[in-house]
Amino acid sequence: MTIKRRDFLKGAAGSIAILALDGQSAHARTVQALPPEALGILYDSTLCVGCNACMAGCKKANNMPPDFVGEQDIWDQPVDLSPNTLNIIKKFTNGTGETKDAEIDGYAFIKRQCLHCVDPSCVTACPVSALTKDNNTGIVTYNKNACIGCRYCQVACPYNIPKFDFNNIYPQIVKCQLCDHLIAEGKVPACCSVCPTGAALFGRVTDLYVEIRKRQQMVPGKIYEYPVTSIDSGATHSYAAPKYTPHVYGMEELGGTQVMYMAGVSFDKFDMPAYPKESFVSMSSGIQYAIYKGMVYPLVVLAGLVFMVKKNKQQEEAETAENAKDKKEENHE
Amino acid sequence: MSEARPLGGRIFTLTFSICLIISGIALYFIAKRFMFGIGSVANLNNGYPWGIWIAYDVVVGTAFACGGYVMALLVYVINKGEYHPLVRPALLASMFGYTLAGVSVFLDIGRYLHAYNLYLPWQMNFHSVMFEVAMCIGTYILVLWLEFAPTFTEKWKLEKYRKFLDKIIFALIGLGVLLPTMHQSSLGTMMLMAGFKLDPLWHSSTLPLLFLLTAVIMGFAMVVFEATISSRVYSLGDETAMLAKISRIMSWVLGFYLVVRLQNIFMRGEMGHAFSGSFLGNMFLLENFLLIIGFVILTFFRNNLTPRLLFVAAVVILVGGSLFRFNTYIIGFNPGNGWSYFPSVGEQMITYGLVAMEIAAYTLFVKYFPVFSAHEPVTSTK
Repeated sequence: MTIKRRDFLKGAAGSIAILALDGQSAHARTVQALPPEALGILYDSTLCVGCNACMAGCKKANNMPPDFVGEQDIWDQPVDLSPNTLNIIKKFTNGTGETKDAEIDGYAFIKRQCLHCVDPSCVTACPVSALTKDNNTGIVTYNKNACIGCRYCQVACPYNIPKFDFNNIYPQIVKCQLCDHLIAEGKVPACCSVCPTGAALFGRVTDLYVEIRKRQQMVPGKIYEYPVTSIDSGATHSYAAPKYTPHVYGMEELGGTQVMYMAGVSFDKFDMPAYPKESFVSMSSGIQYAIYKGMVYPLVVLAGLVFMVKKNKQQEEAETAENAKDKKEENHE
Repeated sequence: MSEARPLGGRIFTLTFSICLIISGIALYFIAKRFMFGIGSVANLNNGYPWGIWIAYDVVVGTAFACGGYVMALLVYVINKGEYHPLVRPALLASMFGYTLAGVSVFLDIGRYLHAYNLYLPWQMNFHSVMFEVAMCIGTYILVLWLEFAPTFTEKWKLEKYRKFLDKIIFALIGLGVLLPTMHQSSLGTMMLMAGFKLDPLWHSSTLPLLFLLTAVIMGFAMVVFEATISSRVYSLGDETAMLAKISRIMSWVLGFYLVVRLQNIFMRGEMGHAFSGSFLGNMFLLENFLLIIGFVILTFFRNNLTPRLLFVAAVVILVGGSLFRFNTYIIGFNPGNGWSYFPSVGEQMITYGLVAMEIAAYTLFVKYFPVFSAHEPVTSTK
């Protein structure tokens, strides 16, 4: 219901902007801040055992078909996010690959999915509001009934998350929507609810910030209780604290994301791109809004153009008429 | 405008027939695309969601189709009436260029039956550059057909419609200048959002300005290109004097473009990257080298500009400008993760087919409708 109302208001604002040329309502964009009730996931690479339960849970919860690799048609074996895979656990290995969370001769896991950016490029890019960010939870959802399949979201997404099945006759964009259908029922996103170690932990982003700070201050080697499933579930898992890399991915990248990452190895090992704090959205939209703020400049220019054309055209017609008259007179003579 | 008349003559020339054959092959691939999906024809993938259907047919194609825009600007806004004979042919080329860009978009978007959502006020996203471009191009196609409509009313002697058109034509021309100014610059803004996926040689906040300037330059170059060819093919008489005047305007705009382009690369400290010998660096150099050749011809040979030299300048400018746009949309774009893209045969055939349809329709129209004026060459200096 809230979505409908918001969409109505947005539409109304748009119509007013066009009809009444009201600059204020069309120029609503500022750099986005974290919504008050923002929900997200904290993925702790050091807790992940690579069991892939989250991948199976995700497929089941979202009715996604398996991705078969090679000849076999028994095992779901996606190699990356795909039109059938919204969530994947990938592995980094180095050398002998013996030690967990070591950069040399070690291995580590990473969970890839939509990061639900605080200032999402895809939402700004989408011409028909098929991708929207919930004002309250901050979840970025997709509406296939609006989508025209232009794929600007794919070009715009800095993490290459939205996928499109080019082999389908009439495809749609697929990406993680944080199991918003389960959240609406008071449940937890499937990947977090099935995660046995709490590596994927669901919760309010502000609560997850507290948890992150707590983990950063843990003494490596000492046993701590880690919450499992969701931050307020009460269930915990005992685990010896690892040595975390100081960087928490998603805290600041391009304005921050609601899915955040802690790990024992640096994030470039997982091919997670290093990004500045400012989002590309604010850069490109800054230019766009400066010019098209409430369509005032374009309309002023249009008025000027029409005036000039009218003047020049009338002058030209007068000349043509005169020429024609001259010719007529010549003919008469 | 009554001087314009149909050229007449045989319709099924060799060129026309070849164009029809290529269009036929394209229609086969278009049918395949709708029956089996985009992937059955194109090499597009999740790393490169946009290929030549966007980069060539829309981004380069509409720049080629900016002749109508720049001529309307010159004749009706800046009031240079002497160029009037060039307006209608330019408008015709623009009309087909933009219309086929629209067709191409329809082939490219995956959920074409949902395209009506662009026109539902509650779905419109005013923050989206894509929305603005889609709206502008959609409207501009309509405006182009209406701007060109006097040709139809003259041909079929539709007096009532002619009078009505006369009353609104200045508003249409005004829109016909505003809309390309808006969406051609926005085609540049569009790729700003690609962020780090786009190489710094092209990802720059000046992209909107550079795209607008290349649209103007390529629009003029296309007028020269098309007027040179059609005056040869249809023996229309010498237009060199008029085209030489246009080339002066081009050299100013192109000079300004090159200053902005190179200064921006220099200021951002990317010149080293440009001369690093890397593939992208070389593409950057090639793109600007071509434009500089065009600039040199137009500027330093302005007083002894032969039709041939002018034609060469127009061609290098068209190629250089296209390369700039290709580089921005495909070649300089790297989504990472090992993705790669090269257009498939079917994908290319659709693009060739759309160009062929454009040429075929153009040759048909100039023979059947009053497009070209039987003008006296204006004060020929040679």
